[in-house]
Amino acid sequence: MHAETMSTDRKAAALAAFKDLARDPGVPKPDPILVVDHVVRRFGGLTAVDVGHVEIQRGSITALIGPNGAGKTTFFNQLTGFDTADAGSWTFNGRSMNGVPAHKVARSGMVRTFQLTKALSRLTVLENMRLGAQKQKGENFWRALVPRVWRAQEDEITERAEELLARFKLDAKRDDFAGSLSGGQRKLLEMARALMVNPELVMLDEPMAGVNPALTQSLLGHVKDLREQGMTVLFVEHDMDMVRDISDWVIVMAQGAVIAEGPPSTIMSDQRVIDAYLGAHHDAPLSEGELEAQLQEAEAALEAEIEEETQK
Amino acid sequence: MDWITIFSTTIKSAVGVETVLYGIAAIGLNVHFGYTGLLNFGQAAFMGVAGYGLAVTVVVLGMPFWAGIIFGLIAAVILAFLLGIPTLQLRADYLAIVTIAAAEIVRLVFRSVQFKDVFGGSDGHRGFTEGFYALNPYPTGNYGFNLGPIPLFFNHRTMWVITVGWVLIALACLIVHLLMKSPWGRVLKAIREDEDAVRSLGKSVFSYKMQALVLGGVIGSLGGFIYGLGYASVQPDVFGTETTFYMYTMVILGGAARVLGPVIGSMLFWVLLVLIYGVLSEAVRVGYITFMDTNQVGALRWILVGAGLILLLVYRPQGIFGDKREIAIDAR
Ligand SMILES: Nc1ncnc2c1ncn2[C@@H]1O[C@H](COP(=O)(O)OP(=O)(O)OP(=O)(O)O)[C@@H](O)[C@H]1O
Ligand SMILES: [Mg+2]
Repeated sequence: MHAETMSTDRKAAALAAFKDLARDPGVPKPDPILVVDHVVRRFGGLTAVDVGHVEIQRGSITALIGPNGAGKTTFFNQLTGFDTADAGSWTFNGRSMNGVPAHKVARSGMVRTFQLTKALSRLTVLENMRLGAQKQKGENFWRALVPRVWRAQEDEITERAEELLARFKLDAKRDDFAGSLSGGQRKLLEMARALMVNPELVMLDEPMAGVNPALTQSLLGHVKDLREQGMTVLFVEHDMDMVRDISDWVIVMAQGAVIAEGPPSTIMSDQRVIDAYLGAHHDAPLSEGELEAQLQEAEAALEAEIEEETQK
Repeated sequence: MDWITIFSTTIKSAVGVETVLYGIAAIGLNVHFGYTGLLNFGQAAFMGVAGYGLAVTVVVLGMPFWAGIIFGLIAAVILAFLLGIPTLQLRADYLAIVTIAAAEIVRLVFRSVQFKDVFGGSDGHRGFTEGFYALNPYPTGNYGFNLGPIPLFFNHRTMWVITVGWVLIALACLIVHLLMKSPWGRVLKAIREDEDAVRSLGKSVFSYKMQALVLGGVIGSLGGFIYGLGYASVQPDVFGTETTFYMYTMVILGGAARVLGPVIGSMLFWVLLVLIYGVLSEAVRVGYITFMDTNQVGALRWILVGAGLILLLVYRPQGIFGDKREIAIDAR
């Protein structure tokens, strides 16, 4: 039961780190792996992202939530070098990362997946996995011409890929084209492929979207597993049940900005979050009198309609 | 009908100079289009700069044959960088537009009056092949055999060109085979499928696309040398856009992203073309066909090739060697 104890340790450690934190946006964390300052991205007149300050705690599972169009994906794109921020700076493991191209971001240990899955369709599942491995000798043009040079490393990579595929229940599909997988299986493959990079920080953009409930359970297990292996996870998700289930901390974005942070158990009762999701005046309770008036109004409208019909 | 001549020319065309030079250039195009997904519509320009590199070095600069080959190869590499640096960071369709325009620019510069002293205008150059034929190990004469009544013979000059050509094809196929089985080739194929996914896995997409462009361009340039040596001349209009389109036909005919696809594609292409031409022009000559003359046969065969290509794409889109399963997969 060694794994069991370790698992609770990691979870407890993560939770302890968040225990006494304030619930304010941008609250400092004890040991941040990612620190973001004043990142802005505009599309014409629309400010898609305008994040003042945010920190991601090392070794934790942090959820990034927010209504559709809040800027979560755009924020991911800025941090991972897939888009060029108009302003701002961020550090990963203390290294400044703004302006670093996407492939170098990935090499430094910060790997993301995509909301719209990017399976490499006409490569087999196993080839998809192998591609994720870093520092491959055979990826150099000249060395590629001499199989002897890279064969041994390729075997190691294949072994690691097969272990991961087994963990993600994709081992039966190893020789199929990735394009023939179902949507949920593609999500699994993309996550497994990202792990081939051996990342320190995994950024998952809606890993559960479109995945059937049975698979979701196993995916959740895999995400928790990442923390047990010492990785940090930042993920975007809309389903609050899942967020509550796996995350240690939740960051809420709305209209490009981080508006609140907090533990998953209480975040949804935060007034700022409720306002962001439902609009500011949704919850002003109706009084008896108002209800009565609305009811009468509706009845009158109905009667008028019936009268109109009968007169015809 | 002179069936003996028809069969003789048809069978010879399966291994002849055209098949060789188009086949090798199509291998390069297959690296671009088939494996990496680069829409290069300027492959003819790689052939052109190589052929002209050789011709100008020997004829205008008066330097030896080998220097011409080296300058031709350098020209192909420079062209790859000139095309790649501004476009490979952009969307795929930009490369298509830029390459087709660049190929035309190259052709028009070669045939321009301004540079007639260097490139020879629309007549091009001749008289640069002595160094090559001086190396010819075949003594003067005809080489081949009779297949029953059908004579299959090449003269010693053609023999030398196609020997070198097929050796180059074998080498190019071997290199492509080794590369595409390697992790390097895996990155190229992954780029063809989705660039962003490859970036997210820590590979420099730009660098790999550039390597693919240079490799395919250099292989393509070998086709340009073979043209220059085989016909003992270079002319600008040979390296026009339709040359590139024939190569696309061959790549698709043989099966894109297959090592031998372009070679088989080129053989089939020329065999069909020569066979159709032979049969039709004989039929006109003998009087079986009366509604057209021999000049029109030349045009009609291209129409038939086009129709054949359409049928191919409808009934066997994966080409001769392709894998049906791959085509069935929606790429996006
Ligand atoms: N390339 C673009 N050009 C113009 N506007 C864009 C672009 N990308 C995103 N946007 C806009 O930026 C805003 C944020 O989009 P983003 O995709 O980041 O939202 P999101 O929080 O990921 O939403 P969802 O939960 O629906 O995935 C949206 O209003 C969107 O229309
Ligand atoms: Mg999104």
